[in-house]
Amino acid sequence: MNIVVLVKQVPDTESPRKLKSEDSTLDRAAADGVINELDEYAIEEALRIKEAHGGEVTVLTMGPDKATDSIRKALAMGADKAVHLVDDALAGSDALQTSYAIQQVLGRTGFDLVVLGSESTDARTGLLAAMLAERLGVPQLSLANKVEINGTSITVQRQTDYGYDKVEATLPAVVSVVEKINEPRYPSFKGIMAAKKKPVETLGIADAGIDAGQVGLANAATAVVDFAEAPPRSKGEIVTDEGDGGIKIAEFLASKKFV
Amino acid sequence: MAEILVLVDHVDGEVKKVTLELLTLARRLGEPAAVWVGPGYEGAKDKLAEYGAAKVYVAADEELTSYVVAPKAALLAQLVQSASPGAVLVSATGEGKEVAGRLAVKTGSGVLTDVVDVAEGFVGEHSIFGGAIIAHAKVTKGTPIIAVRPNAIAPEAAPAAPAEEQVSVTLSDADKAAKIVERVVQEKGERPDLTEAAIVVSGGRGVGSAENFKIIEDLADALGGAVGASRAATDAGWYPHQFQVGQTGKTVSPQLYIAVGISGAIQHRAGMQTSKTIVAINKDPEAPIFELVDYGVVGDLFQVAPQLTEEIKKRK
Repeated sequence: MNIVVLVKQVPDTESPRKLKSEDSTLDRAAADGVINELDEYAIEEALRIKEAHGGEVTVLTMGPDKATDSIRKALAMGADKAVHLVDDALAGSDALQTSYAIQQVLGRTGFDLVVLGSESTDARTGLLAAMLAERLGVPQLSLANKVEINGTSITVQRQTDYGYDKVEATLPAVVSVVEKINEPRYPSFKGIMAAKKKPVETLGIADAGIDAGQVGLANAATAVVDFAEAPPRSKGEIVTDEGDGGIKIAEFLASKKFV
Repeated sequence: MAEILVLVDHVDGEVKKVTLELLTLARRLGEPAAVWVGPGYEGAKDKLAEYGAAKVYVAADEELTSYVVAPKAALLAQLVQSASPGAVLVSATGEGKEVAGRLAVKTGSGVLTDVVDVAEGFVGEHSIFGGAIIAHAKVTKGTPIIAVRPNAIAPEAAPAAPAEEQVSVTLSDADKAAKIVERVVQEKGERPDLTEAAIVVSGGRGVGSAENFKIIEDLADALGGAVGASRAATDAGWYPHQFQVGQTGKTVSPQLYIAVGISGAIQHRAGMQTSKTIVAINKDPEAPIFELVDYGVVGDLFQVAPQLTEEIKKRK
Protein backbone atom coordinates (compact mmCIF):
# COMPACT_ATOMS: atom_id res chain seq x y z
CA MET A 1 0.00 0.00 0.00
CA ASN A 2 1.25 3.45 -0.94
CA ILE A 3 0.66 5.56 2.18
CA VAL A 4 1.45 9.27 2.13
CA VAL A 5 1.48 11.04 5.48
CA LEU A 6 1.31 14.83 5.52
CA VAL A 7 3.60 16.48 8.05
CA LYS A 8 3.69 20.16 8.87
CA GLN A 9 6.29 22.00 10.85
CA VAL A 10 4.73 24.51 13.24
CA PRO A 11 6.05 27.01 15.77
CA ASP A 12 6.45 25.46 19.19
CA THR A 13 3.47 26.43 21.34
CA GLU A 14 5.86 27.05 24.23
CA SER A 15 7.86 29.66 22.32
CA PRO A 16 6.66 33.16 21.38
CA ARG A 17 4.40 32.97 18.33
CA LYS A 18 4.22 36.18 16.30
CA LEU A 19 3.04 37.53 13.02
CA LYS A 20 5.40 39.65 10.92
CA SER A 21 4.36 43.28 10.72
CA GLU A 22 5.27 43.68 7.03
CA ASP A 23 3.04 40.95 5.59
CA SER A 24 1.07 39.51 8.53
CA THR A 25 2.48 36.02 7.95
CA LEU A 26 3.86 33.76 10.64
CA ASP A 27 7.25 34.82 11.93
CA ARG A 28 8.96 31.45 11.61
CA ALA A 29 12.27 32.85 12.83
CA ALA A 30 10.77 33.96 16.15
CA ALA A 31 9.82 30.50 17.29
CA ASP A 32 11.34 27.04 17.40
CA GLY A 33 9.92 24.76 14.73
CA VAL A 34 8.49 21.43 15.82
CA ILE A 35 6.46 18.73 14.16
CA ASN A 36 2.74 19.49 14.41
CA GLU A 37 1.59 17.40 17.33
CA LEU A 38 -1.46 15.89 15.65
CA ASP A 39 0.74 14.82 12.74
CA GLU A 40 2.60 12.47 15.09
CA TYR A 41 -0.64 10.52 15.45
CA ALA A 42 -0.97 10.50 11.67
CA ILE A 43 2.58 9.16 11.26
CA GLU A 44 1.95 6.48 13.89
CA GLU A 45 -1.31 5.44 12.23
CA ALA A 46 0.40 5.28 8.83
CA LEU A 47 3.17 3.11 10.27
CA ARG A 48 0.66 0.77 11.92
CA ILE A 49 -1.27 0.38 8.68
CA LYS A 50 1.97 -0.39 6.85
CA GLU A 51 2.98 -2.90 9.51
CA ALA A 52 -0.38 -4.66 9.21
CA HIS A 53 -0.87 -4.50 5.45
CA GLY A 54 2.58 -3.94 3.94
CA GLY A 55 3.63 -1.13 1.65
CA GLU A 56 5.55 2.07 2.04
CA VAL A 57 5.10 5.27 4.03
CA THR A 58 6.10 8.52 2.35
CA VAL A 59 6.30 11.76 4.33
CA LEU A 60 5.08 14.80 2.42
CA THR A 61 5.94 18.22 3.80
CA MET A 62 5.34 21.66 2.36
CA GLY A 63 7.40 24.30 4.11
CA PRO A 64 10.69 26.16 4.32
CA ASP A 65 14.15 24.60 4.42
CA LYS A 66 14.18 24.19 8.15
CA ALA A 67 11.15 21.90 7.99
CA THR A 68 13.78 19.23 7.26
CA ASP A 69 14.01 18.71 11.04
CA SER A 70 10.41 17.55 11.15
CA ILE A 71 10.90 15.34 8.11
CA ARG A 72 13.87 13.65 9.79
CA LYS A 73 11.84 13.01 12.88
CA ALA A 74 9.07 11.37 10.86
CA LEU A 75 11.67 9.22 9.10
CA ALA A 76 13.23 8.33 12.45
CA MET A 77 9.84 7.13 13.65
CA GLY A 78 9.87 4.70 10.74
CA ALA A 79 8.62 6.33 7.54
CA ASP A 80 10.48 5.08 4.46
CA LYS A 81 11.11 8.22 2.46
CA ALA A 82 10.09 11.84 2.12
CA VAL A 83 9.11 14.48 -0.37
CA HIS A 84 9.79 18.08 0.64
CA LEU A 85 7.95 20.74 -1.33
CA VAL A 86 9.93 23.91 -0.74
CA ASP A 87 9.75 27.10 -2.76
CA ASP A 88 9.71 30.79 -1.86
CA ALA A 89 6.72 31.17 -4.17
CA LEU A 90 4.66 29.11 -1.69
CA ALA A 91 5.19 31.49 1.23
CA GLY A 92 1.97 32.91 2.62
CA SER A 93 -0.28 30.38 0.89
CA ASP A 94 -3.66 29.89 2.55
CA ALA A 95 -5.51 26.61 3.02
CA LEU A 96 -7.12 26.69 -0.41
CA GLN A 97 -3.73 27.13 -2.09
CA THR A 98 -1.98 24.64 0.14
CA SER A 99 -4.53 21.98 -0.76
CA TYR A 100 -3.92 22.71 -4.44
CA ALA A 101 -0.15 22.45 -4.06
CA ILE A 102 -0.39 19.18 -2.14
CA GLN A 103 -2.82 17.78 -4.68
CA GLN A 104 -0.23 18.44 -7.38
CA VAL A 105 2.49 16.62 -5.44
CA LEU A 106 0.16 13.71 -4.73
CA GLY A 107 -0.36 13.48 -8.48
CA ARG A 108 3.36 12.70 -8.70
CA THR A 109 3.70 10.34 -5.75
CA GLY A 110 0.39 8.54 -6.25
CA PHE A 111 -1.36 7.19 -3.15
CA ASP A 112 -3.71 4.58 -1.80
CA LEU A 113 -4.08 6.42 1.46
CA VAL A 114 -3.31 9.99 2.53
CA VAL A 115 -3.10 10.37 6.31
CA LEU A 116 -2.91 13.70 8.14
CA GLY A 117 -3.59 15.26 11.52
CA SER A 118 -7.04 16.82 11.86
CA GLU A 119 -5.58 20.30 12.26
CA SER A 120 -2.32 22.15 12.89
CA THR A 121 -1.58 23.83 16.18
CA ASP A 122 -0.68 27.14 14.52
CA ALA A 123 -3.41 28.05 12.03
CA ARG A 124 -5.91 25.52 13.42
CA THR A 125 -8.18 25.78 10.40
CA GLY A 126 -8.98 22.05 10.18
CA LEU A 127 -9.68 22.52 6.47
CA LEU A 128 -7.03 20.51 4.68
CA ALA A 129 -8.49 16.98 4.79
CA ALA A 130 -11.85 18.14 3.43
CA MET A 131 -10.25 20.32 0.76
CA LEU A 132 -7.95 17.53 -0.38
CA ALA A 133 -10.74 14.94 -0.54
CA GLU A 134 -12.81 17.39 -2.57
CA ARG A 135 -9.96 18.12 -4.97
CA LEU A 136 -8.93 14.48 -5.35
CA GLY A 137 -12.50 13.16 -5.62
CA VAL A 138 -11.79 10.45 -3.04
CA PRO A 139 -13.58 9.57 0.23
CA GLN A 140 -13.14 12.01 3.10
CA LEU A 141 -12.59 9.92 6.23
CA SER A 142 -11.87 12.74 8.61
CA LEU A 143 -11.75 13.18 12.39
CA ALA A 144 -11.04 9.47 12.71
CA ASN A 145 -10.38 7.94 16.11
CA LYS A 146 -10.21 4.40 14.71
CA VAL A 147 -9.20 3.08 11.30
CA GLU A 148 -9.70 -0.46 9.98
CA ILE A 149 -8.62 -1.68 6.56
CA ASN A 150 -9.65 -4.91 4.92
CA GLY A 151 -8.39 -5.30 1.35
CA THR A 152 -9.58 -2.15 -0.38
CA SER A 153 -12.35 -1.51 2.15
CA ILE A 154 -11.73 1.03 4.86
CA THR A 155 -13.86 1.77 7.89
CA VAL A 156 -13.31 4.60 10.34
CA GLN A 157 -14.94 5.92 13.46
CA ARG A 158 -15.55 9.60 12.87
CA GLN A 159 -15.55 11.52 16.16
CA THR A 160 -18.65 13.66 16.67
CA ASP A 161 -20.10 15.73 19.52
CA TYR A 162 -22.57 12.98 20.32
CA GLY A 163 -20.19 10.04 20.01
CA TYR A 164 -19.08 8.78 16.63
CA ASP A 165 -20.23 7.88 13.14
CA LYS A 166 -19.11 4.63 11.60
CA VAL A 167 -18.05 5.46 8.05
CA GLU A 168 -17.28 3.03 5.20
CA ALA A 169 -15.45 3.67 1.96
CA THR A 170 -13.18 2.14 -0.65
CA LEU A 171 -9.52 3.06 -1.14
CA PRO A 172 -7.94 5.34 -2.22
CA ALA A 173 -8.96 7.76 0.53
CA VAL A 174 -7.96 10.72 2.68
CA VAL A 175 -7.93 10.04 6.43
CA SER A 176 -7.50 12.71 9.09
CA VAL A 177 -6.87 11.54 12.63
CA VAL A 178 -7.65 13.04 16.02
CA GLU A 179 -5.51 12.94 19.10
CA LYS A 180 -5.55 9.70 21.04
CA ILE A 181 -6.24 7.47 18.06
CA ASN A 182 -2.98 5.80 19.08
CA GLU A 183 0.15 6.35 21.13
CA PRO A 184 2.87 7.73 18.84
CA ARG A 185 6.17 5.89 19.19
CA TYR A 186 9.41 7.62 20.09
CA PRO A 187 12.15 7.35 17.50
CA SER A 188 14.70 4.72 18.57
CA PHE A 189 18.43 5.36 18.34
CA LYS A 190 18.51 2.90 15.45
CA GLY A 191 15.65 4.78 13.82
CA ILE A 192 17.41 8.10 14.17
CA MET A 193 20.57 6.69 12.58
CA ALA A 194 18.63 5.02 9.77
CA ALA A 195 16.70 8.23 9.06
CA LYS A 196 19.91 9.96 7.99
CA LYS A 197 20.22 7.60 5.04
CA LYS A 198 16.59 7.62 3.94
CA PRO A 199 15.82 9.43 0.68
CA VAL A 200 14.35 12.94 0.84
CA GLU A 201 13.31 14.33 -2.52
CA THR A 202 13.20 18.11 -2.66
CA LEU A 203 10.76 19.64 -5.12
CA GLY A 204 10.19 23.21 -6.23
CA ILE A 205 6.86 24.31 -7.61
CA ALA A 206 7.94 23.80 -11.22
CA ASP A 207 8.99 20.20 -10.45
CA ALA A 208 5.55 19.51 -9.01
CA GLY A 209 3.64 21.19 -11.82
CA ILE A 210 2.32 23.90 -9.53
CA ASP A 211 1.14 27.08 -11.19
CA ALA A 212 2.92 30.02 -9.56
CA GLY A 213 -0.16 32.15 -10.14
CA GLN A 214 -2.19 29.94 -7.83
CA VAL A 215 0.01 29.98 -4.74
CA GLY A 216 1.65 32.46 -2.40
CA LEU A 217 0.51 35.42 -0.38
CA ALA A 218 -0.25 37.67 -3.36
CA ASN A 219 -2.66 35.14 -4.86
CA ALA A 220 -4.35 33.99 -1.66
CA ALA A 221 -8.14 33.94 -1.38
CA THR A 222 -7.92 35.44 2.10
CA ALA A 223 -5.96 38.40 3.46
CA VAL A 224 -5.12 39.63 6.93
CA VAL A 225 -6.39 43.20 7.32
CA ASP A 226 -4.64 43.98 10.59
CA PHE A 227 -3.59 42.40 13.86
CA ALA A 228 -2.60 43.43 17.35
CA GLU A 229 -1.75 41.84 20.65
CA ALA A 230 -4.87 41.06 22.58
CA PRO A 231 -5.40 43.46 25.48
CA PRO A 232 -4.37 41.73 28.71
CA ARG A 233 -7.21 40.55 30.92
CA SER A 234 -7.72 42.86 33.84
CA LYS A 235 -6.21 41.46 37.01
CA GLY A 236 -8.71 39.49 39.01
CA GLU A 237 -9.05 38.95 42.72
CA ILE A 238 -7.12 36.04 44.17
CA VAL A 239 -7.71 34.88 47.73
CA THR A 240 -6.21 32.10 49.82
CA ASP A 241 -8.67 29.57 51.15
CA GLU A 242 -9.27 29.93 54.86
CA GLY A 243 -11.98 27.33 55.07
CA ASP A 244 -14.54 29.42 53.20
CA GLY A 245 -13.04 29.47 49.67
CA GLY A 246 -16.06 27.71 48.16
CA ILE A 247 -18.47 30.15 49.76
CA LYS A 248 -16.41 33.09 48.52
CA ILE A 249 -16.53 31.80 44.95
CA ALA A 250 -20.30 31.33 45.29
CA GLU A 251 -20.56 34.97 46.41
CA PHE A 252 -18.50 36.05 43.42
CA LEU A 253 -20.70 33.98 41.08
CA ALA A 254 -23.82 35.47 42.67
CA SER A 255 -22.45 38.98 42.12
CA LYS A 256 -22.12 38.07 38.42
CA LYS A 257 -25.63 36.57 38.38
CA PHE A 258 -24.40 33.04 37.60
CA VAL A 259 -26.18 31.69 40.66
CA MET B 1 -29.89 43.23 0.46
CA ALA B 2 -27.95 40.09 -0.30
CA GLU B 3 -28.85 36.83 1.34
CA ILE B 4 -26.54 35.47 4.00
CA LEU B 5 -26.70 31.68 3.92
CA VAL B 6 -26.62 30.01 7.34
CA LEU B 7 -26.08 26.27 7.40
CA VAL B 8 -28.29 24.96 10.20
CA ASP B 9 -26.59 22.72 12.74
CA HIS B 10 -29.01 20.21 14.13
CA VAL B 11 -29.03 16.79 15.68
CA ASP B 12 -32.12 14.85 14.63
CA GLY B 13 -34.18 18.01 14.16
CA GLU B 14 -33.04 19.78 17.30
CA VAL B 15 -31.46 23.09 16.31
CA LYS B 16 -28.13 23.78 18.00
CA LYS B 17 -27.61 27.06 19.79
CA VAL B 18 -24.77 28.05 17.46
CA THR B 19 -27.29 28.28 14.60
CA LEU B 20 -29.25 30.92 16.54
CA GLU B 21 -25.97 32.79 17.01
CA LEU B 22 -25.27 32.59 13.27
CA LEU B 23 -28.78 33.86 12.43
CA THR B 24 -28.27 36.77 14.83
CA LEU B 25 -24.98 37.59 13.13
CA ALA B 26 -26.47 37.14 9.64
CA ARG B 27 -29.15 39.75 10.41
CA ARG B 28 -26.40 42.33 10.84
CA LEU B 29 -24.79 41.38 7.53
CA GLY B 30 -27.76 41.00 5.19
CA GLU B 31 -30.89 38.90 4.82
CA PRO B 32 -30.57 35.66 6.80
CA ALA B 33 -31.42 32.57 4.76
CA ALA B 34 -31.21 29.33 6.73
CA VAL B 35 -30.22 26.15 4.91
CA TRP B 36 -31.78 23.02 6.36
CA VAL B 37 -30.34 19.65 5.40
CA GLY B 38 -32.02 16.35 6.26
CA PRO B 39 -35.27 15.25 7.89
CA GLY B 40 -36.95 17.01 10.83
CA TYR B 41 -37.52 20.54 9.54
CA GLU B 42 -41.15 20.72 10.69
CA GLY B 43 -40.11 20.44 14.33
CA ALA B 44 -37.46 23.13 13.96
CA LYS B 45 -39.13 25.75 11.79
CA ASP B 46 -40.49 27.81 14.69
CA LYS B 47 -37.03 28.15 16.17
CA LEU B 48 -35.53 29.40 12.90
CA ALA B 49 -38.40 31.87 12.49
CA GLU B 50 -38.00 33.10 16.07
CA TYR B 51 -34.37 34.01 15.39
CA GLY B 52 -35.13 35.94 12.24
CA ALA B 53 -34.61 33.66 9.25
CA ALA B 54 -36.14 35.58 6.34
CA LYS B 55 -35.99 32.48 4.20
CA VAL B 56 -35.36 28.80 4.70
CA TYR B 57 -34.01 26.51 2.02
CA VAL B 58 -35.22 23.04 2.94
CA ALA B 59 -33.36 20.04 1.52
CA ALA B 60 -35.23 17.28 3.32
CA ASP B 61 -33.79 14.30 1.45
CA GLU B 62 -32.41 11.89 4.01
CA GLU B 63 -29.72 10.80 1.55
CA LEU B 64 -27.97 14.15 2.09
CA THR B 65 -27.14 13.17 5.66
CA SER B 66 -26.04 9.64 4.81
CA TYR B 67 -22.53 10.62 3.67
CA VAL B 68 -19.71 12.53 5.32
CA VAL B 69 -19.99 16.31 4.73
CA ALA B 70 -19.78 16.34 0.91
CA PRO B 71 -23.55 16.51 0.19
CA LYS B 72 -23.91 19.62 2.37
CA ALA B 73 -21.11 21.31 0.46
CA ALA B 74 -22.70 20.27 -2.86
CA LEU B 75 -26.03 21.79 -1.81
CA LEU B 76 -24.42 25.01 -0.60
CA ALA B 77 -22.40 25.30 -3.81
CA GLN B 78 -25.62 25.07 -5.78
CA LEU B 79 -27.23 27.77 -3.62
CA VAL B 80 -24.17 30.00 -3.97
CA GLN B 81 -24.69 29.73 -7.73
CA SER B 82 -28.43 30.35 -7.73
CA ALA B 83 -28.82 32.89 -4.90
CA SER B 84 -25.51 34.78 -5.12
CA PRO B 85 -25.37 35.27 -1.35
CA GLY B 86 -23.19 37.91 0.29
CA ALA B 87 -21.59 35.25 2.47
CA VAL B 88 -22.04 31.72 3.79
CA LEU B 89 -21.91 31.19 7.54
CA VAL B 90 -21.23 27.82 9.15
CA SER B 91 -20.37 26.88 12.71
CA ALA B 92 -16.67 26.50 13.45
CA THR B 93 -17.08 22.91 14.56
CA GLY B 94 -15.12 20.02 13.07
CA GLU B 95 -17.88 19.28 10.60
CA GLY B 96 -18.78 22.92 9.91
CA LYS B 97 -15.20 23.69 8.94
CA GLU B 98 -15.06 20.66 6.68
CA VAL B 99 -18.21 21.79 4.86
CA ALA B 100 -16.53 25.18 4.50
CA GLY B 101 -13.38 23.58 3.11
CA ARG B 102 -15.17 21.61 0.42
CA LEU B 103 -17.39 24.55 -0.49
CA ALA B 104 -14.30 26.73 -0.84
CA VAL B 105 -12.77 24.33 -3.35
CA LYS B 106 -16.06 24.01 -5.27
CA THR B 107 -16.57 27.76 -5.53
CA GLY B 108 -12.96 28.99 -5.57
CA SER B 109 -13.66 31.06 -2.48
CA GLY B 110 -11.64 31.98 0.56
CA VAL B 111 -12.55 30.68 4.01
CA LEU B 112 -12.21 32.38 7.37
CA THR B 113 -12.22 29.88 10.23
CA ASP B 114 -12.90 30.23 13.94
CA VAL B 115 -14.13 33.78 13.61
CA VAL B 116 -15.44 35.44 16.80
CA ASP B 117 -17.14 38.39 15.08
CA VAL B 118 -17.80 39.77 11.61
CA ALA B 119 -17.78 43.47 10.74
CA GLU B 120 -18.94 45.35 7.68
CA GLY B 121 -17.35 44.19 4.45
CA PHE B 122 -17.26 40.66 5.90
CA VAL B 123 -14.10 41.34 7.86
CA GLY B 124 -13.72 38.52 10.36
CA GLU B 125 -12.19 38.87 13.78
CA HIS B 126 -9.97 36.01 14.94
CA SER B 127 -8.44 35.28 18.28
CA ILE B 128 -5.24 33.40 17.43
CA PHE B 129 -2.25 31.77 19.10
CA GLY B 130 -4.27 30.89 22.14
CA GLY B 131 -5.84 34.32 22.40
CA ALA B 132 -2.53 36.20 22.36
CA ILE B 133 -3.30 38.05 19.12
CA ILE B 134 -6.48 39.53 17.68
CA ALA B 135 -6.37 39.51 13.87
CA HIS B 136 -8.82 40.76 11.28
CA ALA B 137 -9.02 39.04 7.93
CA LYS B 138 -11.17 39.07 4.84
CA VAL B 139 -11.90 36.93 1.84
CA THR B 140 -10.50 38.34 -1.38
CA LYS B 141 -11.80 35.76 -3.86
CA GLY B 142 -15.23 34.30 -4.43
CA THR B 143 -18.03 34.30 -1.87
CA PRO B 144 -16.86 34.76 1.73
CA ILE B 145 -17.23 31.49 3.64
CA ILE B 146 -17.05 32.16 7.34
CA ALA B 147 -16.89 29.58 10.13
CA VAL B 148 -17.96 31.21 13.38
CA ARG B 149 -16.89 29.96 16.80
CA PRO B 150 -19.81 28.75 18.94
CA ASN B 151 -20.66 31.03 21.87
CA ALA B 152 -18.92 34.02 20.30
CA ILE B 153 -22.12 35.88 19.36
CA ALA B 154 -25.00 36.42 21.82
CA PRO B 155 -28.16 35.02 20.20
CA GLU B 156 -31.08 37.46 20.06
CA ALA B 157 -34.61 36.56 18.99
CA ALA B 158 -36.21 38.66 16.21
CA PRO B 159 -39.34 36.86 15.06
CA ALA B 160 -39.86 36.59 11.32
CA ALA B 161 -42.10 34.66 8.97
CA PRO B 162 -39.64 32.90 6.69
CA ALA B 163 -40.43 32.01 3.13
CA GLU B 164 -39.77 28.31 2.58
CA GLU B 165 -38.20 26.94 -0.55
CA GLN B 166 -37.80 23.21 -1.11
CA VAL B 167 -34.45 22.46 -2.73
CA SER B 168 -32.64 19.35 -3.86
CA VAL B 169 -29.24 18.53 -5.24
CA THR B 170 -27.99 15.67 -7.35
CA LEU B 171 -25.06 14.00 -5.67
CA SER B 172 -22.01 12.89 -7.63
CA ASP B 173 -20.29 9.57 -6.95
CA ALA B 174 -17.53 11.48 -5.16
CA ASP B 175 -20.12 13.09 -2.87
CA LYS B 176 -21.25 9.58 -1.92
CA ALA B 177 -17.78 8.13 -1.40
CA ALA B 178 -17.79 8.09 2.42
CA LYS B 179 -20.97 6.43 3.66
CA ILE B 180 -22.18 6.78 7.23
CA VAL B 181 -23.39 3.29 8.12
CA GLU B 182 -24.06 3.84 11.81
CA ARG B 183 -24.44 6.75 14.23
CA VAL B 184 -23.37 5.92 17.73
CA VAL B 185 -24.68 8.24 20.43
CA GLN B 186 -22.63 7.94 23.56
CA GLU B 187 -24.29 8.63 26.85
CA LYS B 188 -23.67 12.18 27.99
CA GLY B 189 -26.63 12.55 30.31
CA GLU B 190 -28.38 15.87 30.64
CA ARG B 191 -25.32 18.08 30.36
CA PRO B 192 -25.05 20.66 27.58
CA ASP B 193 -22.52 20.21 24.77
CA LEU B 194 -19.07 21.35 25.77
CA THR B 195 -18.59 23.85 22.94
CA GLU B 196 -22.10 25.31 23.30
CA ALA B 197 -22.39 25.43 27.08
CA ALA B 198 -22.76 28.81 28.81
CA ILE B 199 -20.88 27.40 31.79
CA VAL B 200 -17.96 24.96 31.68
CA VAL B 201 -16.29 23.37 34.70
CA SER B 202 -12.98 21.67 33.89
CA GLY B 203 -10.74 19.43 35.94
CA GLY B 204 -7.01 18.92 35.56
CA ARG B 205 -4.03 17.13 37.00
CA GLY B 206 -4.95 18.19 40.52
CA VAL B 207 -8.13 16.12 40.38
CA GLY B 208 -5.94 13.06 40.68
CA SER B 209 -8.16 10.21 39.48
CA ALA B 210 -11.14 9.22 37.37
CA GLU B 211 -13.25 8.71 40.50
CA ASN B 212 -12.47 12.22 41.70
CA PHE B 213 -13.94 13.68 38.51
CA LYS B 214 -17.26 13.23 40.28
CA ILE B 215 -16.35 16.45 42.15
CA ILE B 216 -16.10 18.27 38.81
CA GLU B 217 -19.32 16.72 37.53
CA ASP B 218 -21.20 17.63 40.70
CA LEU B 219 -20.11 21.25 40.44
CA ALA B 220 -20.98 21.38 36.72
CA ASP B 221 -24.40 19.86 37.43
CA ALA B 222 -25.12 22.33 40.22
CA LEU B 223 -24.45 25.13 37.72
CA GLY B 224 -26.15 23.43 34.77
CA GLY B 225 -22.84 23.45 32.93
CA ALA B 226 -20.71 21.12 30.85
CA VAL B 227 -17.66 19.20 32.06
CA GLY B 228 -14.26 19.69 30.47
CA ALA B 229 -10.81 18.35 31.23
CA SER B 230 -7.24 19.42 30.71
CA ARG B 231 -4.91 17.35 28.61
CA ALA B 232 -3.14 16.06 31.71
CA ALA B 233 -6.45 14.59 32.85
CA THR B 234 -7.41 13.06 29.51
CA ASP B 235 -3.89 11.74 28.92
CA ALA B 236 -4.08 10.03 32.30
CA GLY B 237 -7.35 8.43 31.23
CA TRP B 238 -9.38 10.10 33.98
CA TYR B 239 -11.86 11.61 31.56
CA PRO B 240 -12.70 10.82 27.91
CA HIS B 241 -10.62 12.58 25.31
CA GLN B 242 -13.55 14.27 23.55
CA PHE B 243 -13.94 16.49 26.62
CA GLN B 244 -10.43 17.85 26.41
CA VAL B 245 -10.25 21.65 26.36
CA GLY B 246 -7.09 23.00 24.77
CA GLN B 247 -5.00 23.42 21.71
CA THR B 248 -5.33 19.82 20.57
CA GLY B 249 -8.87 19.49 21.89
CA LYS B 250 -11.95 21.69 21.98
CA THR B 251 -11.94 25.47 22.00
CA VAL B 252 -14.61 26.84 24.32
CA SER B 253 -15.79 30.36 24.89
CA PRO B 254 -18.45 30.17 27.63
CA GLN B 255 -19.84 32.93 29.81
CA LEU B 256 -18.23 31.25 32.81
CA TYR B 257 -15.24 28.91 32.90
CA ILE B 258 -14.18 27.30 36.16
CA ALA B 259 -10.74 25.65 36.13
CA VAL B 260 -10.28 23.18 38.97
CA GLY B 261 -6.82 21.79 39.62
CA ILE B 262 -5.56 23.08 36.27
CA SER B 263 -2.23 24.89 36.21
CA GLY B 264 -3.03 26.72 32.98
CA ALA B 265 -0.28 25.69 30.57
CA ILE B 266 -0.40 27.46 27.21
CA GLN B 267 -1.80 24.29 25.61
CA HIS B 268 -4.86 24.59 27.88
CA ARG B 269 -5.17 28.35 27.71
CA ALA B 270 -5.40 28.15 23.93
CA GLY B 271 -8.72 26.40 24.38
CA MET B 272 -10.41 28.62 26.95
CA GLN B 273 -8.77 32.03 27.00
CA THR B 274 -11.70 33.82 25.35
CA SER B 275 -14.14 32.73 28.08
CA LYS B 276 -15.98 35.78 29.41
CA THR B 277 -15.51 35.13 33.14
CA ILE B 278 -12.81 32.82 34.46
CA VAL B 279 -12.58 31.33 37.94
CA ALA B 280 -9.83 29.00 39.18
CA ILE B 281 -9.19 26.80 42.17
CA ASN B 282 -5.60 25.65 42.53
CA LYS B 283 -3.30 24.87 45.42
CA ASP B 284 -0.29 26.49 43.74
CA PRO B 285 -0.38 30.29 44.05
CA GLU B 286 2.14 30.50 41.18
CA ALA B 287 -0.06 28.57 38.74
CA PRO B 288 -0.28 30.51 35.44
CA ILE B 289 -4.06 30.05 35.36
CA PHE B 290 -4.26 32.79 38.02
CA GLU B 291 -2.98 35.31 35.44
CA LEU B 292 -6.26 34.87 33.58
CA VAL B 293 -8.81 34.72 36.33
CA ASP B 294 -11.48 37.14 37.38
CA TYR B 295 -11.62 35.30 40.67
CA GLY B 296 -9.21 32.74 42.05
CA VAL B 297 -8.90 30.70 45.20
CA VAL B 298 -5.57 29.29 46.28
CA GLY B 299 -6.53 26.16 48.14
CA ASP B 300 -7.27 22.46 48.19
CA LEU B 301 -9.79 21.68 45.47
CA PHE B 302 -11.12 18.74 47.52
CA GLN B 303 -12.25 21.24 50.15
CA VAL B 304 -13.14 24.24 48.00
CA ALA B 305 -15.01 22.63 45.10
CA PRO B 306 -17.47 20.53 47.16
CA GLN B 307 -18.11 23.52 49.41
CA LEU B 308 -18.84 25.62 46.32
CA THR B 309 -21.23 22.95 45.00
CA GLU B 310 -23.09 22.86 48.33
CA GLU B 311 -23.27 26.63 48.53
CA ILE B 312 -24.70 26.89 44.98
CA LYS B 313 -27.35 24.29 45.82
CA LYS B 314 -28.25 26.23 48.97
CA ARG B 315 -28.72 29.43 47.04
CA LYS B 316 -31.05 27.90 44.46
